[in-house]
Formats: sequence, structure tokens, C-alpha cells
Amino acid sequence: MNNLLIMPIIIPLLTAMILFFFRQQIRLQRALSVLSLIATAGIAGYLIYIIDTDGVQALHIGGWEAPFGISLVADMLPALLVLTSSIICLLCVLYASGSTGEQHERFYLYPFILFLLCGVNGSFLTGDIFNLFVFFEVMLIASYVLLSLGGGKRQLRESLKYVMMNMLSSTLFVVAIAYLYSIVGTLNMAHLSERVALSGQDGLITTVSLLFLIVFSIKAGLVLYFWLPGSYSVPPTVISAIFAALLTKVGIYAIVRMFTLIFYHQPEITHTILVWMGAITMIFGAFGAVAYWGIRKILAYNVIVSVGLIIFGIGIASDTSLTGAVYYLIHDMIAKALIFILGGAIISISGTDQLHDINGLIRYRPLLGWLFFLSALALAGVPPLSGFVGKMMILRGGIEQEFYVISIISVLTSLLVLYSVMKVFVQSFWGETLLSEGEEHATGRSALLPGVILASMLVGMGLGAEWLLPYVDKAVDVMMDPSLYIDAVLSPTEEVIIE
Amino acid sequence: METFMIIISGVLFTVGTYLVLSKGLLRIILGLSLFSHATHLMLLSINGLKKGAAPLLGEEAASYTDPVPQALILTSIVISFALTAFVLVLGYRTYVELGSDDMHQLKGRDDE
Repeated sequence: MNNLLIMPIIIPLLTAMILFFFRQQIRLQRALSVLSLIATAGIAGYLIYIIDTDGVQALHIGGWEAPFGISLVADMLPALLVLTSSIICLLCVLYASGSTGEQHERFYLYPFILFLLCGVNGSFLTGDIFNLFVFFEVMLIASYVLLSLGGGKRQLRESLKYVMMNMLSSTLFVVAIAYLYSIVGTLNMAHLSERVALSGQDGLITTVSLLFLIVFSIKAGLVLYFWLPGSYSVPPTVISAIFAALLTKVGIYAIVRMFTLIFYHQPEITHTILVWMGAITMIFGAFGAVAYWGIRKILAYNVIVSVGLIIFGIGIASDTSLTGAVYYLIHDMIAKALIFILGGAIISISGTDQLHDINGLIRYRPLLGWLFFLSALALAGVPPLSGFVGKMMILRGGIEQEFYVISIISVLTSLLVLYSVMKVFVQSFWGETLLSEGEEHATGRSALLPGVILASMLVGMGLGAEWLLPYVDKAVDVMMDPSLYIDAVLSPTEEVIIE
Repeated sequence: METFMIIISGVLFTVGTYLVLSKGLLRIILGLSLFSHATHLMLLSINGLKKGAAPLLGEEAASYTDPVPQALILTSIVISFALTAFVLVLGYRTYVELGSDDMHQLKGRDDE
């Protein structure tokens, strides 16, 4: 029992509710949301410390012991992800205060960012599969509002598709939960894992697991990513940055939880499908990133490529590849937030996102240019930066387990990713300066502080990998050995009854 | 009775699929809400409709009905109700702004 677990959910929730009363006081809104996000990140950091010393933590809400009540469970993976998402939200709020118009801020931008974080943190921390659905919905409803906020024509059109797509996948989610409940008779993830292990994962359960895979693939943009480029490229850039950093990652986390904790008994079916879905996603994502000439579209397709790579790492399911996948997941959240913020700054300075119309920004914005260069290298996985460590471990895992073809595919797609982001860099920063001083549409200065912090995190994660890896290893231990998770959730007396 | 309910749920899913695949915005939204009804009906009947007494009211009964599906349905109904309301408003705004409710016209072009 540890009451700290509920804090990353409840702090953003309560702050968001309070912010609704201060619609006109934008400064107060900014200050309050920054404070609450710092508090959330601090608690997540403390949680990581506790898990590091005492092992997996569980909280049975209302004192209802698992599996009867709803439990919140924090092992190392969710704790790391909660910390990363809180920091990213904090930096995005800092960026938002200078980049979106007052109109947005007055119409509840900050409360909805906090609601989104509440849903994201809840999805990471919950130990109950129906509760996961509820937190997904909290997150999605906040994202619907953020996406359609402003009500431009393109925004309305794309958010309509996004909402309908997600309503469909939520329906499938409930159907999958209903099937699972009728077969296994429980909703608690630890209990599910135990019962599936006891009764054996037969064909029926494997089919249900594939239904879950479809649901989470829609959320994560794995193969079923068709909604993603459109909807990620219409809202204000700060919102795209939050979406790119957090939303698909929650889907990936759900896939990780499902296929390392509950449905890990039939890897020759489920994990083979995962690996190939990852490969297809990487290929199509890379093609999209190369094909387009709008910054937003290129970056949106880059989100898809990295989803493919992480899922490839998870599908291999060896110790090395899972470590790589977790490392790359954390790296990718930071890198995607960074490159979307910087891309947003480029778009706001030049007033367009078409690369043909942007030129020579390096003359006026050298720091922005070099930051973008750095984040492009990190995305492609060039050695001293954080992308390299994760990518190398995934590839090593892939080659050790003899997935040669897909390993080659992932190396080739990394090159295409490098080409696509370098295209943005070369086109927008090099060449003759088209805009004269004073002609820019915005200064883009608000991107610099969050940009520098995120970039230093990327460099730190690359150079300080030795320091971070013990924590990632702890996360992988739970993925490799579900009994660590189960023992922390189900009390010893419960186990005796089952045995 | 369970068989009958499951067939009804299947029919709702079929009708919902037909509506979702059509072009009209309102039809798609109606199809999605039919999906959620079908899901709730399925969730209700999948573990058997009434197998014992109501839980919590007495301790003498030989068997009790499982209360968990009802709790799930209640939560899910609230969520799908809110979502349907939201998507109806969103659809109406889109119709007013873009002047069309035909999904083919709402496809969007790359060169915008």
C-alpha cells in the first residue's frame, strides 16, 4: 500500500478543475499549471526512488483488496513513463505560453492539457484492465477537445475523423474486455496474468489477445495509423507536440503490458505478428516521411516509424531487445516533443509549413537551427545521442534472435528517417534568406527554453546511459518475470486460496 | 434467452457496420452509437442473464448474479453517452463550417 501512487493522477485532475474558475487570469493559469506539473514530476521521481529500493508498489483503492477492488500498480516502467510525460507536459506548457494565441489560452488550453496528463498517467499506473479503458477515455476526451479547439475548417474535419476512429476502437476495447472477462472471470491484470498462466493460453484467449492488439494498434498508430498524419498536423504545434510525445506511447505501453504480463504464453503467434506489424509500420512510416514536403506531415510520419521500431523490440521479447525498446520509448517521447516544438517554431517564424517556401533561417535563428540539427541526429540514432543506445540494443536483440530481414529493414528506415529530417533542416535553415529581419511572423523564441532543456536531456540520456540503464533494467525485470508484478498486487493470503 | 440477446446484439453490430460504411455524417454517428448499444447488450448477456439472487441484499441465497458486468456497462454507457453528445456537436459544427455532411467531400487535399 502506498498512497503516493494516486498523486500523479489526482494532482493534474484537481489543478485542472481549479483552473476552470480562472478563465480570464491567464498568468495565474500558467503559474498554477507549471507548479502542479513540477509537483507531479517530483512525485514521479520520488516514486522511482521508492520502487528502486523497495520493489513494485501497489495501492488498493478504498481498501478493497485485489482482485476485488481497483488497484493502482507502479513498477519501474510506468514510473519512468509518468516522470517523462510530466516533464514533457511541463515544457510544453512553457512553450504554449508564448506560442499559441491568447484566444487558445482563454479557452481552457491548460486545463485540458492537465486532463490529458491525468488520463495518460492513469493509463500508465492502473492495474485493472477496465480502469485502463476508463483512463484511455479520459485521455481521449481531453485530446478531442484539444484537437478541435479553435474550430478551423481543417481542424474540425480532421478531429471529426479522429473522434469517430477512436469511438470505434473504444467499442472494440469494451468488446475485448467483455470476452476476456467471460473467459477468465477477472479484470485485475495481476489476477488475469495468474489465471491465464494457470489455465493455459488456449486458442480462444489468443484470439481475444489479438482483438486487444487491434484496439491498441489503432491507438498507437501501429499499421493502423491512417488517422494519425491528418490529425497530428492540424492543431497548434504545442498540441501536436504533446500528442506525438504522449498519445501513441500510451498505446505502446498498453501493448507492452498486455503481451509481457498477460498474453506471453504463445509468442510464436502473437509476438511474430507484433514483429511483422512493427516492420510494416516502419516501412510505410518511412515512405510517408520521405514523400511529403510539409513539415507537419514529415514529423507525423516520423512518429509512426518509431512506433514500428519499438514494437519490433517488444516483439523480439529477449532481455536485450526489451531493454532497448524501453530505452527507445523514453528517448522517443523526449525527441518527438523536441522536434515538434522546434518544427512548430519554424512554422510560426515563416508562417507556412511547406518546405519550398522556407529558406535560410539559420542566419537569424542559429540556436534554433543547431537544436533542430541535434534533434534530427538523435531521431536517426547517431551515436553520442540517446537514440543510438536504444536502437542498437533493439538491433542486437533482433540479430541474436535471428530476425535478420527486419533488422535490416529497421536500419534502412533509420536512414530514410535521417534523410527526411535532414531535408527539413537543409531546406529551412540553409540557402538564401527569403525573410528579411522584421518580416517573420513570430519570433519563435518561446521554443528555445524548452528546446534547450529537452535537447540536453537527449544528450544526457546518450552520454549518461550507464546511469539510466539500471532503472531500465528494473523495468525489464518485471516484463521478463511477471511474478514480481503479481506478488506485489495480490496479497499472500489470496495466493494461498488459489493454490 | 442469452442466445436471443446475443443474436440481437449481432444484428445491432451488423446494422451499425452498414451505417458506419455509408457516406452521411449523421448515419456514421448513429452507427457508432448502435455499436456501443450492441456492446453493452453483449456484455450484459455474455456471462448468463440471471443466475441467482441480487448481490449484497441478502446472505442466504444459494447463488448470486455477477454484479461486475452491470458496473462495467454503467461506466461504459456514461462514456459513450458523453462521446455521442460531443461528436454530434462536432459534426454539426463541421457541417456549418464546411457546408457538407458527405464524407467524400470531407476528405481533404494534401496541398492545403
